[in-house]
Amino acid sequence: MFRQRSDLPLEHDPSSRFLPWLIALMVYLAVLALASALTLGDAIGRWNQELTGALTVQIAPLTGADGGAAESRARRDKALALLRGTPGLVRVEPLDEERIAALLEPWLGPGNVGAGLPLPQIIDVEIAADADIDVAALSARLSTAVPGATVDDHGEWLHDLVTLARSIELAAAAAVLLIGLTAVITVVFVTRTGLAVHHQVIEMLHLIGARDSYVAKQFQFHALALGLRGGLLGLALAVITLVAIGLVGREVEAVLMPRLSLSAGQWIVIALVPVTAAAIAMITARVTVLRALAKMP
Amino acid sequence: MGNVESVVRFENVGLRYGAGPEVLHDITFALEPGSFHFLAGVSGAGKSSLLKLMYLGHRPTRGLISLFGRDIATMPHEEMPVLRRRIGVVFQDFRLVDHLSTLDNVALPLRVAGAPEEEVRDNVVEMVRWVGLADQLRARPHTLSGGQKQRAAIARAVINRPSLLLADEPTGNVDDKIAMRLLYLFEELNKLGTTIVIATHNEALIDRFNHPQLRLEGGVLTVPRPV
Repeated sequence: MFRQRSDLPLEHDPSSRFLPWLIALMVYLAVLALASALTLGDAIGRWNQELTGALTVQIAPLTGADGGAAESRARRDKALALLRGTPGLVRVEPLDEERIAALLEPWLGPGNVGAGLPLPQIIDVEIAADADIDVAALSARLSTAVPGATVDDHGEWLHDLVTLARSIELAAAAAVLLIGLTAVITVVFVTRTGLAVHHQVIEMLHLIGARDSYVAKQFQFHALALGLRGGLLGLALAVITLVAIGLVGREVEAVLMPRLSLSAGQWIVIALVPVTAAAIAMITARVTVLRALAKMP
Repeated sequence: MGNVESVVRFENVGLRYGAGPEVLHDITFALEPGSFHFLAGVSGAGKSSLLKLMYLGHRPTRGLISLFGRDIATMPHEEMPVLRRRIGVVFQDFRLVDHLSTLDNVALPLRVAGAPEEEVRDNVVEMVRWVGLADQLRARPHTLSGGQKQRAAIARAVINRPSLLLADEPTGNVDDKIAMRLLYLFEELNKLGTTIVIATHNEALIDRFNHPQLRLEGGVLTVPRPV
């Protein structure tokens, strides 16, 4: 005969039908934006770690009767000797012509990197983790010993890339905040609609001695239920999307492209999005109702 | 008034809605505990407005209102619910909640006061039987007749055993026989100590019962001597 029920028939309101869908959509977008930010954050860290421990030495090609091949090899060997004699470098490895051609092929087109094209000599250098290499001094020594040799520590390129990635990361974080703000505005609108629709019942409850919190509880738990329902739906759709992107990403050969693989901790953060959305909906509904009821006589 | 604290006291109270004309002018009266009054007057005289001020549904434009010895103008917002629980109201339009059963409607004042569910169950079933709606416990308001809604509204107003009962045209939707029965019900409550004010334009009903009248005419209150 007596069961848990609400004095206000909020579940029959039209807003109760569309609010979960709106929250689902917002959670979906927020999860994708958050996953992007987390993935980029990881990628930036990985790039920093991988590229700050590496140098690329490039020796400009010579042109001669034999295409300068013999002298080019001699210059390369000289550079190799100098580098291998430098403390703090754990690996000094020249790239063979095939590998260099393979690196150029994406830009010049297949088959266009032929024997007639002068190719630079490239040496891949790995710096010891604890080494403190003065790249400028090394570069000066190298260019003195081997004119035309340059050292690239990827600093400028990496700085630009990291700046771009940080910008995207910030944009994603801003998107999450804006989505949260939109959720608040939506719930305020829905709650005010509910207050207007049920004004007569709310006024009656007020007049028979209901505390503001008694009425607010009915709105806040209703908003919590709708928020959770919509949030879980949005999360499910977002997870499907992320997994699909992850699967597609595995097929793409791109060294620098951030791989969409989240850690257990990051998945927990993602899973908290619908809970946060529901909590925002609940708190927003409560504050909205309390502010409205405070104006009643 | 002696040393007895008035349940209701109005001093030079005026009321206007928004920028409209004043609908109540210089209302001054006091109700002693355990008294029974009719609030009489033709339709539009201001009876509902006066009741609205008494059940704190509206603030006066001017003047002083005190309930149970408390000046409502200086009372903190958070203390108002406790005061309101001492007042039972039978609204002219009943204000039953459409999606709740008779039982749940009558139980509302107990639930908002945080009464234990066992107590709610026992009291409500007894009250609903007392007003003759035992066979309508699970019925929703839209299935009840006007008289049944009236009785459900009365049951809700008195379930909390209020110190002050205000009824706005409580016999307006029922025939004479039920009207008499409801009046006897109010008299029983009055004997238990509840202060009662019944607003009605039914002069015949007022004449049948020997209770003093508060008479409103054009927003002005006169307090004739008891019959």
